Amino acid sequence: MAGALQDWKSQKKPFAAIASLPVFWLALFFVAPMAIVWLYSFGQNAGPADIEISGTLENYKRATEWLYLSIFLKSLAVAALTTLICLIVGFPVAMAITFAAPKWRPWLLLGIMLPFWTNLLIRTYALMALMGTNGYMNKGLGGLWEGASWLRTLVGMQPLEAWTPVQLLYNNFAVVLGLVYVHLPFMVLPLYSALDRLDKSLIEASLDLGAGHFKTFMQIVVPLAAPGIVAGVMITLIPALGAYLTPDLMGGTDSQMIANVIERQFKRANDWPFGAALSFLLIYAMFILIALQSMKANKTKEVR
Amino acid sequence: MDFKTFLHAGSNRRAMLKGMGIAAVGFSLTGTLAGCGEKEAKKLANGEEAKLNFYNWDTYIGETTLEDYKDSAGVDVNMTLFASNDELFAKLRAGNPGYDVIVPSNDFVERMAAADMLVELDKSQIPNFKNVAKDFQDVPYDPARKYSMPYTWLALGIGYRKSKVKGVPDSWKVLFDSDEYKGRIAVLSEAGDMFRLYGKYMGKSVNALTDADIKAIEAMMVKQKPNIKSFHEDNGQDLLLKGEVDLVLEYNGDIAQAMTEDPDIGFIIPKEGSQLNSDNLCIPKGAPHPKNAHAFINYLLDAEAGKKITETILYPTPNDAAKALMPEEYKSNSVIFPPADVLAKCEYAKFNPELQPKYEEAFTRVRAA
Repeated sequence: MAGALQDWKSQKKPFAAIASLPVFWLALFFVAPMAIVWLYSFGQNAGPADIEISGTLENYKRATEWLYLSIFLKSLAVAALTTLICLIVGFPVAMAITFAAPKWRPWLLLGIMLPFWTNLLIRTYALMALMGTNGYMNKGLGGLWEGASWLRTLVGMQPLEAWTPVQLLYNNFAVVLGLVYVHLPFMVLPLYSALDRLDKSLIEASLDLGAGHFKTFMQIVVPLAAPGIVAGVMITLIPALGAYLTPDLMGGTDSQMIANVIERQFKRANDWPFGAALSFLLIYAMFILIALQSMKANKTKEVR
Repeated sequence: MDFKTFLHAGSNRRAMLKGMGIAAVGFSLTGTLAGCGEKEAKKLANGEEAKLNFYNWDTYIGETTLEDYKDSAGVDVNMTLFASNDELFAKLRAGNPGYDVIVPSNDFVERMAAADMLVELDKSQIPNFKNVAKDFQDVPYDPARKYSMPYTWLALGIGYRKSKVKGVPDSWKVLFDSDEYKGRIAVLSEAGDMFRLYGKYMGKSVNALTDADIKAIEAMMVKQKPNIKSFHEDNGQDLLLKGEVDLVLEYNGDIAQAMTEDPDIGFIIPKEGSQLNSDNLCIPKGAPHPKNAHAFINYLLDAEAGKKITETILYPTPNDAAKALMPEEYKSNSVIFPPADVLAKCEYAKFNPELQPKYEEAFTRVRAA
């Protein structure tokens, strides 16, 4: 029986029975609302609460003006930086979990997933409490500074001047830090699942045959973990590109990202058609990203 | 910085819930409301079931008001919360999901009336309208109070930390056009309010800005941007309390609450004048219990009920009868009730569908600059 279900083309009825519910769900709650928003993107406001779908391309024209493109590019840069930091930080973490003693692994994984149990907003507020002008980080740094100042007086040097709090919050640094904090688990989990499947004897073989640790890492571990890296990059980059809570709460005066602009169209500006066009521009861009990625994946398959 | 201040980050009526709304999309709400109609509950004398769906701001009702109302009228009030007018409007624009009484601000009363989303109030069912102060009985945003009853009103001004600011910052200049307090200022992130107040600073009416004005204001905003620490989401009092900033553009009611916690905080409406807001009780079209809704609005305008609400929320009340019952320190608080000569220079912002997108786009440019 297990073998008979393997190919859905030869087993259409069981497949249809299993797939109908999710397909129905997807059509009703994803495709239909998205289609409505897509139609809005070709419309214009006909009153405070009415949208006339007139087939106009005006919204897309406005959305591709330099003002919005520049915000879009900036968001992409922030998201890319976030993803890169997540990758650099997340890879050693995933490696550590993979090579940890089996009895520790579930606990380490739990540690990675624990933050998910808390609402994103609560976590962001917690981070803000930590990073504020009078927050714990600044208090800690201030304490160290005073300690250093005291040590200087001990050896007969002039004490340092008074501590001025570091500006940690309300700037682009805070946004990237907040995004990394939020998205790190998304990077670690796929990396872990890729590294976990990796045949450890290959690493031993590489080391036995004389490759150094770094060379083994770069030429054996990284290529074999590539599917995990790609998956991690995708599921970090895409939500980071659409982030708006973090830039809203932790960002400074020039930290707006494209999702903040979209939110304002649906709320304050009450310009749903334009907001819809901006949203779909973002979706098109992500489609292209994923299409490029799968084209590349196909190519490498052919080469092999 | 202790745990209390961290918690306080969420205690203002708008900021925390705004974020929560982002995360929670509001599935549960439509569920509960849909459930209301199914059971046939006991009927009241007016022929309606003993229920009412009230859609209100967070921390915007007296502690016992809803229970008191249940005791006196026998009506179960199911209160759900919204965090911004935009959220309220977005939820109702596709049809009323079952609300009986809502609390939009003045410009949204205009917007919703223009979109034919509000029920004309039957004043014979609201005898307590007589308690409303003369100034609020007929207002420009709702002539003759056709669609709305006043609930509270507010004025924008400057909240400041007295020990860190020289004298009294009685001009918008310190926020809008000066580097005196560089990096210690937070202003609102609401584009419309920002442009209108800059207009006030330039000596113009908040409702008479031209395209040229918007351009000039945009340039001023870009110039001032390096001096601003944050565009806050109406949580300015928290930034001030935590010491993140020393000057903040905020509503008087919010700062009055902060002043009860920290005596070093002051508030002033600048000499150029400011913008007034008022939150109003309305009945949206399609309300399932319109008679209960009228009775409930009438109850909220009652002197004793109004007093209890005011004691909790500390906002200026437009209810003269309730104000008369309040203690002297509330009535004579110049933050809650700014002097008449200052108020004379303040205006309500009109709903303006042409200008709002222009403000938004210009503000997006300012933020991207």
